[in-house]
Amino acid sequence: MLEDHARLMAFFEQAQEVVGRKRLQKMVYILKKCGFDFSERYSFHFYGPYSEELSTRIEELCNLGFLDEAKEKEKGYYQYRYHLTDRGAGFLSESGVTTPNMDSVIQKMDEQSSKFLELVSTMLYFDNFSKEEIEDKVRTVKSQQNYTEADFEEAWRFISDMKH
Amino acid sequence: MAYRDEKLNEEKVFKDPVHRYIHVRDRVIWDLIGTPEFQRLRRIKQLGTTYLTFHGAEHSRFNHSLGVYEIVRRIIENFRDQPFWDDDERLLCLCASLLHDLGHGPFSHSFEKVFDLDHEDYTRAIILGDTKVNEILRRVDENFPQDVADVIHKTYSNKLVVSLISSQIDADRMDYLQRDAYFTGVSYGHFDMERILRVMRPMEDQMVIKESGMHAVEDYIMSRYQMYWQVYFHPVTRSAEVILSKILHRAKELYLANEYEFKLKPMHFESFFLKEVSLEDYLKLDENVVFYYFHIWKEEEDAILSDLCRRFVDRDLFKYVEFDPGNQYRELMDLKECFTEAGVDPTYYLEVDSSSDLPYDFYRPGEEEERLPIHLQLPTGELKELSRQSDIVESISGKKRTDHKLYFAKDLIEQLPEESDIKKRIYEILKG
Repeated sequence: MLEDHARLMAFFEQAQEVVGRKRLQKMVYILKKCGFDFSERYSFHFYGPYSEELSTRIEELCNLGFLDEAKEKEKGYYQYRYHLTDRGAGFLSESGVTTPNMDSVIQKMDEQSSKFLELVSTMLYFDNFSKEEIEDKVRTVKSQQNYTEADFEEAWRFISDMKH
Repeated sequence: MAYRDEKLNEEKVFKDPVHRYIHVRDRVIWDLIGTPEFQRLRRIKQLGTTYLTFHGAEHSRFNHSLGVYEIVRRIIENFRDQPFWDDDERLLCLCASLLHDLGHGPFSHSFEKVFDLDHEDYTRAIILGDTKVNEILRRVDENFPQDVADVIHKTYSNKLVVSLISSQIDADRMDYLQRDAYFTGVSYGHFDMERILRVMRPMEDQMVIKESGMHAVEDYIMSRYQMYWQVYFHPVTRSAEVILSKILHRAKELYLANEYEFKLKPMHFESFFLKEVSLEDYLKLDENVVFYYFHIWKEEEDAILSDLCRRFVDRDLFKYVEFDPGNQYRELMDLKECFTEAGVDPTYYLEVDSSSDLPYDFYRPGEEEERLPIHLQLPTGELKELSRQSDIVESISGKKRTDHKLYFAKDLIEQLPEESDIKKRIYEILKG
């Protein structure tokens, strides 16, 4: 009961802080693709893999006081900053849910921009295709992003690194 | 004449309680409707267990799929000769709208959770696999099945086409809101679709709405909001979903333990339990088959499985109380211990259900590019996001309401001896 909530809280505990909803969506998706046990379902939306279930669960965690959400104005647009509250940490420790260490993967994602994580998560969304097909698909569905060859190369390196 | 352009000699019409008539002229559409894979949707209810709350809600995914097709057909008629619209995409849109829910299984919400399945994967598998649907689509063009699958999967290159079937104001939502309102008998889901269709305009990447149509869209957004809380997330329906999930978990547990002899071997479920579901297995399991098993399992030796099936079939559902995980989590732990002590297995007779278990697609204004919002087209041609223009939409796309309930088998607790301490303790916690 409430294990799915607890698993997300474990992610926030290890990440310490996540800035940006889009970034959060992509981080959880990438972790899921790396084999970490998150139950939130994703489907493809205009901006890449997106989970309505994750968005609703985050709202629940905020409403319960387990997660703090701060809305900040940044260069003319708003962004959201999340961190686990003491109350959330208390719930997590009592929940009995054990989660594997995600630190190293989270750290690697922290070093990357949201745009890059968007590219990686979109590539992972098509991971049942060949390498060439994946790049073609990404160029088709995200034509406005104008990803370069170098972007793809870096993303492939990142994916390989994440999965090992 | 090429198969893609073939028309029926005479237009076929389906009488429909929501759209009055559904019109079919294309041979391809008529042939797709006749396939076993599409006809199977007659045996899958659109609203799963909702009929246990609203007795009229027995309509099927077949009805809904035809409805979405009809709405898209009307939108395309309006779009003809408008900028950004390519009429060569017409048949693709019609096929994708008709087939968009093809992969739904029986009671798909619970089934997908318990067996870790995704109906979108099966929609794609049916369209691309060795099926009658695929055979028909391939007659149009060798790549046509892939294009249809891509539109449904939302990865097709023409995003305007995708947005007709999947966006925050699309044919899918417009049909199910009206259809579900009609069959449940509630008054909340109605809005002026004719008006919305008249003010829709094609743009490069999505459909937009002429600003003069804003109030019709407000009505649509409000009806989504009302239908979610009044129908889709009704606490009694959630209780039925909880029991259904418990049945599937119990049957799976018994099967995998390999020690239990079922009176009726769960042949149709075996591949689901073993996570080896082939397309053939998937298509064989519809709600009629599921009900057959549940009826037979009412007589099973296993007391939990038989009791849960009886509850589901006879609508003897779990009761519920409001639950606040933030303040009552320790009580939940105590309650689990009390249930165990009382001989009532909490794994099967106690559950917390949260709003995120059935995510509602709240209108999201596209902050941080989460989802593409609805855009209004101003007389100047400028596009403005809906909630920036509409106070009503802004008010319900702000702070989100969430909800948690604790479901339990109250009758089993009532059966405990009156004087028992454990019974008193359970009631104390539940009332607390």
